[in-house]
Amino acid sequence: MDALYRDYILDHYKNPRNFGELDPHDLEWHDHNPLCGDELGVHIVVKDGRVADLRFHGQGCAISQAAASITSEELIGLPVEEVAGLDADWVIDQLGIEISPTRRKCALLGLKVMRGATTGDASWPE
Amino acid sequence: MGAVAESTLSRLRADFPILDREINGHSLVYLDSAASSQKPRQVIEAMDSFYAHSYGTVHRGVYELGREATELFEGARERIAAFVNWDSDLSIFTRNATEAINLVAYAWGRGNLGPGDEVLITEMEHHSNIVPWQLACEDTGAKLRYLSVPESGELSLDELDAVLAEGRVRLVAVGHVSNVLGTINPVEEIARRARAAGALTLVDGAQSVPQMPVDLRAIDADFYAWTGHKALGPTVGMLHGRRELLKEMRPFLGGGHMISRVEREHSTWNELPWKFEAGTNAIAEAIGLGAAVDYLAAAGMDAVRAHERELTAYALERLPEVAGITLYGPRDVDRRGGVVPFTIEGMHPHDIAELCDREAVCVRAGHHCAQPLMRVLGVGATARASFHVYNTRDDVDRLVHALNGAREVFGL
Repeated sequence: MDALYRDYILDHYKNPRNFGELDPHDLEWHDHNPLCGDELGVHIVVKDGRVADLRFHGQGCAISQAAASITSEELIGLPVEEVAGLDADWVIDQLGIEISPTRRKCALLGLKVMRGATTGDASWPE
Repeated sequence: MGAVAESTLSRLRADFPILDREINGHSLVYLDSAASSQKPRQVIEAMDSFYAHSYGTVHRGVYELGREATELFEGARERIAAFVNWDSDLSIFTRNATEAINLVAYAWGRGNLGPGDEVLITEMEHHSNIVPWQLACEDTGAKLRYLSVPESGELSLDELDAVLAEGRVRLVAVGHVSNVLGTINPVEEIARRARAAGALTLVDGAQSVPQMPVDLRAIDADFYAWTGHKALGPTVGMLHGRRELLKEMRPFLGGGHMISRVEREHSTWNELPWKFEAGTNAIAEAIGLGAAVDYLAAAGMDAVRAHERELTAYALERLPEVAGITLYGPRDVDRRGGVVPFTIEGMHPHDIAELCDREAVCVRAGHHCAQPLMRVLGVGATARASFHVYNTRDDVDRLVHALNGAREVFGL
């Protein structure tokens, strides 16, 4: 099996969880990776201070789509205020693969937009 | 003819030390020359020799090293200018092609554009021939317009005429060869029609000078910008301009060397080309580019072009063997340079490039600094293979092999 393109990464890429749009939604964010032009947007519905539902949309490589898909699964049900505490190491840990410096932003774009929607913080996760 | 071109140039491979490298246990297949080319040892040695034996700054030293450095530097300028058939005193060293275009956008654009004027570019421009004009238009109140890129990947001269006929275009800025599609644009004809309509022409030659004969007197544009690092040389750019324009234009950057006399409140300018070369030049890089054009001239630009054409034709023939592949750009290899963009259904270009790298096949993936064109093509990104003198048909075979392997990893 490939060390980077593991079966579950390719599965999330080909069948992304929580992919699409949500209307109405309470929070939204949109951003892109300036290196490759990949774009990602997110819609979030908040209930009782928690991420009740979430959909992401856009296009990107297997790493960015799988990372967004995996991150989306973790976020649903989480108290909104806890999203701010998620960082780059958390994403890479969730992915379970080694991410080279050239693919780092691919892996982080999903959390970047989801964190942007919940906190307004437009910076890259560190 | 193709086979002849390959056998003539294949001996040149030995001149490129980097091709001895192995990556991931495979010999290197470098297919990203449109981004930046590799360097022959003649270029590396010219720069090494300058640093080791002749280094001094130019135009000042009374001592022997200063004289040698100035001779090497100005000698390089003369050979570079001759290589593209232009006057050496109208050939300005810049940091890169981007800076050469910015020089015109500032020094000519700010002084000559105003409300009601238009700058005409095309949808296939590199960001370096878009953003400087966006900024110039913002500053002057001029309007930026685009010639469209149809599915054929070739510009319409009728559309050009229609826009020029409106009488507001002051400058047409167009790439000679598209870095994404490979389209060779008819810049000679574009410059002629622009001039007839009272507009200037700037040609971005970053992709053309490295791979085909370029005769600036024949093209007869007003400005021509290109860069050395794609032409087997180091990172130094060139701007060639028409004498009366360069004389009239204000300087771009102020500083040492570009002045004639500095008073407390104002200054007068040095002669051409030094009026546009503020500060200490990238001297070794200029000398390296001199060696690169010597190398290309010895190889023969007709032979280089024949080689690029043959490899492009071979790639266009073999790549369709890869299932799910889509190729972009003109189909006629007489009208395209050595660049082949493609996408594969079910795989993002980033992943294609990552998996090609496992077999030491270097291809580019992304928007190629041409985001408006990506939107026209309806894709977020493409993968791209591009060639230079050191590439062979075997490299194309290795690319096809790597792409088929990549599809397997993705279970396609």
